[in-house]
Amino acid sequence: MTGNRHEELGLSNNQVLEMYKTMLLARKLDERMWLLNRAGKIPFVISCQGQEAAQVGAAFALDRNEDYVAPYYRDMGVVLAFGMTAKELMLSAFAKAEDPNSGGRQMPSHFGQKKNRILTGSSPVTTQVPHAVGVALAAKMENKNLVSFVTLGEGSSNQGDFHEGLNFAGVHKLPVITMVENNKYAISVPAEKQLGNQKVSDRALGYGMPGFTVDGNDPLEIYRVVKEARDRALNGEGPTLIEAVSYRLTAHSSDDDDRSYRDREEVEEAKKLDSIFTFAEYLKNANILTEDLETEITNEINILVNEATDYAENAPYAEPEDALKYVYEEK
Amino acid sequence: MPVMSYIQAVTSALREEMQRDEKVFVLGEDVGRKGGVFKATEGLYNEFGEYRVLDTPLAESAIAGVGIGAAMYGMRPVAEMQFADFIMPAVNQIISEAARIRYRSNNDWDCPIVIRAPYGGGVHGALYHSQSVEAIFANQPGLKIVMPSTPYDVKGLLKAAIRDNDPVLFFEHKRAYRLLKGEVPEEDYVLPIGKADVKREGSDITVITYGLCVHFALQAAEKLAEEGIDAHILDLRTIYPLDKEAIIEAAKKTGKVLLVTEDNKEGSIIGEVAAIIAENCLFDLDAPVQRLAGPDVPSMPYAPTMEKFFMMNPDKIEKAMRELAEF
Repeated sequence: MTGNRHEELGLSNNQVLEMYKTMLLARKLDERMWLLNRAGKIPFVISCQGQEAAQVGAAFALDRNEDYVAPYYRDMGVVLAFGMTAKELMLSAFAKAEDPNSGGRQMPSHFGQKKNRILTGSSPVTTQVPHAVGVALAAKMENKNLVSFVTLGEGSSNQGDFHEGLNFAGVHKLPVITMVENNKYAISVPAEKQLGNQKVSDRALGYGMPGFTVDGNDPLEIYRVVKEARDRALNGEGPTLIEAVSYRLTAHSSDDDDRSYRDREEVEEAKKLDSIFTFAEYLKNANILTEDLETEITNEINILVNEATDYAENAPYAEPEDALKYVYEEK
Repeated sequence: MPVMSYIQAVTSALREEMQRDEKVFVLGEDVGRKGGVFKATEGLYNEFGEYRVLDTPLAESAIAGVGIGAAMYGMRPVAEMQFADFIMPAVNQIISEAARIRYRSNNDWDCPIVIRAPYGGGVHGALYHSQSVEAIFANQPGLKIVMPSTPYDVKGLLKAAIRDNDPVLFFEHKRAYRLLKGEVPEEDYVLPIGKADVKREGSDITVITYGLCVHFALQAAEKLAEEGIDAHILDLRTIYPLDKEAIIEAAKKTGKVLLVTEDNKEGSIIGEVAAIIAENCLFDLDAPVQRLAGPDVPSMPYAPTMEKFFMMNPDKIEKAMRELAEF
């Protein structure tokens, strides 16, 4: 990452700095959650680490006041960019009543927040793809100037809902952007044992839409491709499939030990491409991120993460009987 | 009051709801230009256009899932499964998604979708065009399941389903589509989801059933009336959640209860109805609760001999009612 590529994309220095801060906040929150898990304070973590660049780069290319997102469980970067706060994410990690995603009903990283147009998600993978297509269908029916954005892992691209949803979007030229975050592993099974073809993006041809494979560690390249996809969608040219290739830097979840299925050398190699560092390098080369500023940002984020943790840890759980609420509309 | 068929009541409810609220739209296989394989959406495509009567690709999970997404956005989708038997690929969307959206989001999101599907046998439909699938969905809190028995109920309940802010499965008996006709008011009306309805007042025995079997039970009751057996018939109308109060009241009224379903016997809805009666009516019962249902074989065979053997009919119900009355 050299030169002022962001200026060519129409991004200001402030905007790329915001992207970096969002990526770093996602990383630091995620790291804290692992610590809390290993300390026995929260039961479960599932990570965004290694995928922040794709998530934040994509989110910044969307209209974060109008567009809808249907994120999958690793998308902390997406939901932060769409307005969910560090405190809210920690409330979810601690399963507290105030958690806006689910009031402590769902496992962490099952995102959802209506005010920020983040669709509620579940654990069975890929069900969110038809939902995003449905939002895009509604937007088209109502002549709204918005797109829906949906993400999933490369393993999930084998599910029927991926095929059914993308084909539906292709038939009706709907304004939906699908980004497959290819982190090379579906729990323990590597991409080459998941995909019959080389690239997930090759599947786009079958659905009548353009497909692109992009370096998922490069937030600016992701930004460019998502922005172009959004322009096409608003222009009535229909959906786009994007494959963001990066690497899952952690085990699948806090309940997984990845040492049984991948070499440490491979993980160490991947860390050299970690976008948190490579994007910081880019910003430094562009004279946007100085050492002082970096320290300042790190301190700010530390304070944010600490405050979020303290708040969430001390927040009350839902009352036991709250489990009975909201099965149906309560008038 | 105009008389219309069961399927005309479906079309009429859809048309009026689409006229009332432009967020209401229909999606499914062949629902558009063709007007549906049963003609339930006939005329709607011409009146409302391609996108409000949307022919979808042949993919049931997408029909449900795209509808769910549109519902979360704020639309009022009415998705059609061409046959209830073909709802299986959409079960994940219906159970894991639609049924849980309000609950899992702590009331932040909702999912006001209606999924219509023709069910039931007696139409030479064999294994995969005859089934009653309601039991699969009837232990999923978050869903409502409506199975109407008359044109009047169809129209009032389908309108209620479309206006409901939670997901509703609306199962229409395909043999009832043109078999049953009845009076339907011209003016707008809705019927309450979750409420059973007494279709015949009686004092000797109680029959509790739903869907087309209500019609069969009424026919049987008329015959038995000539023999002096006076049957009370409760139509469940909504089979999930069940109207417990009405079930208990109907059971206590005569103390002799026959439960009827066209579904296979084991694990069917009427087992739950029997449990409600067992828990609440022990000292009011004068006979063991009886269940009359399809045999426990996978589904209804094609050959007329075997189909008739499986399918519920007025004679089978009459026989079971008489035996219960004589207990």
